[in-house]
Amino acid sequence: MNKRVYFDYAATTPMKKEVLEEMLPFFNIEFGNPSSIHSFGRQGKSVLDTARDKVAKTLNAKSDEIFFTGGGSEADNWAIKGVAFANKAKGNHIITTKIEHHAVLHTCEYLEKEGFEVTYLDVDQYGLVDVDDVKNAIKDNTILITIIYANNEIGTIQPIKEIAQVAKEKGVIFHTDAVQAYGNEIIDVVDLGVDLMSISAHKVYGPKGVGALYIKRGTKIHQLIHGGAQEKRRRAGTENIPGIVGFGKASEMAYENIEDHINKLIRLRDKMINELMEKIPYTRLNGHPTKRLPGNVNLSFEFIEGESLLLSLDMVGISGSSGSACTSGSLDPSHVLMGIGLSHEVAHGSLRLTIGDFTTEEDVDYVIEKLPPIVDRLRQMSPLYEKVKGGNK
Amino acid sequence: MMYSEKVMDHFMNPRNVGEIENAEAVGQVGNAKCGDIMKMYLKIDNDVITDVKFKTFGCGSAIATSSMATEMIKGKTVKEALKLTNKAVAEALDGLPPVKMHCSVLAEQAVKAAIYNYAKERNLVYEELDGFNPDEDHDHHDHGEEE
Repeated sequence: MNKRVYFDYAATTPMKKEVLEEMLPFFNIEFGNPSSIHSFGRQGKSVLDTARDKVAKTLNAKSDEIFFTGGGSEADNWAIKGVAFANKAKGNHIITTKIEHHAVLHTCEYLEKEGFEVTYLDVDQYGLVDVDDVKNAIKDNTILITIIYANNEIGTIQPIKEIAQVAKEKGVIFHTDAVQAYGNEIIDVVDLGVDLMSISAHKVYGPKGVGALYIKRGTKIHQLIHGGAQEKRRRAGTENIPGIVGFGKASEMAYENIEDHINKLIRLRDKMINELMEKIPYTRLNGHPTKRLPGNVNLSFEFIEGESLLLSLDMVGISGSSGSACTSGSLDPSHVLMGIGLSHEVAHGSLRLTIGDFTTEEDVDYVIEKLPPIVDRLRQMSPLYEKVKGGNK
Repeated sequence: MMYSEKVMDHFMNPRNVGEIENAEAVGQVGNAKCGDIMKMYLKIDNDVITDVKFKTFGCGSAIATSSMATEMIKGKTVKEALKLTNKAVAEALDGLPPVKMHCSVLAEQAVKAAIYNYAKERNLVYEELDGFNPDEDHDHHDHGEEE
């Protein structure tokens, strides 16, 4: 293997050393439980509040609107189940899309079994939700709209502000899963007008297993985890202080030079997309050409299958991911790729390469050098490619 | 999910990739919807498989099982080739992850499909092909749910 380059930042990011350094004392030196009254406990409470302030600041939220969770999935579960059960008297209808993260989709499916009604909106070929479709789907009994901010697979960024406006006009609570967008977009919850927002630390160079739910003041929501009085009695369980401290630091760092970060990622992303599409025929870009996450490259290479592509890339040290069924362990390729109307065979041949802070131009050049011959090798092996070679396509 | 070294070797260095012009037997199984298609070409001389080539659209395991199956039937008689089982292919590769066993089934079916077409054209009867239908969906994609 020549070298190792990581292109799976959408899956997780490496923790920054500054984040790790900030966390370390809270494992064994300043280890107090924030619920304890003694000085160790008070110390824990103090750092908890500081971290909360840091996260709140990045979203233009108030500190008391940030609730720490065990990650993005828990935040999504809490937002959706919490609003559903708290507003049951008002109605039982929820609106979402067909291309949500499983943390949202599976939660909605669970609620359907509990008697709730869910509308799963279609998206267009780029993965965009039509705001009019959202408006038209709202009924008298609609209590919640939950729509992903930026899709984790194809990177498409939704018109969140417009959807929030529609929800507000109709008196419906609006939640957005912003796990992928956080740290890659400038987010202002007040300007956007959302009621709830899920975010996660390990997508912004922080630790795994810690996230947060923004809950706008006055939003009617039940708690998901019962027990002690932590998180203002709304989320029980002793706080993961090292993780929360890390999240606070990572959030702060993510938004220090956010514009530079975004500009760098867009430059590398567009270089990769343009050069790969130019070098490799029968390639399509999945997701929106411009309204997409700055670090997201999602391409489908016709006539080949994603897992064999990933394995071949891994052999030359390139780590990516695919929406192919063979990597997901399910019967069908990714619901997102099917949701934007791809045929099964094209969806099977998808490759997601996501760029982050530690990606260099040389890394991108390395992919541009190594990927085309790999695609060609697999195509030469593919019976589907014969027709193209014979000029029959 | 871990592949054995042999699977990776046959995936990265597949044996017998390609087509055989004027092959006596050609068979294809699977479909693009499921993400796996295997096509086998056999050169048969005096009832002996003298050459075999394959083309596969599919995952690493699909390519490796195709490659191994071609190696296992080369030089064998048609009847001997019909005795190839998916289990034998998987064992020859030092095993496959459970969710990938369907690939070895597809490799076995691809060999059978080629011989089925060969037999049909020549009005030959092989009892090993009783009940075999190359167009049948072979339930080769039951991946199950990963934990």
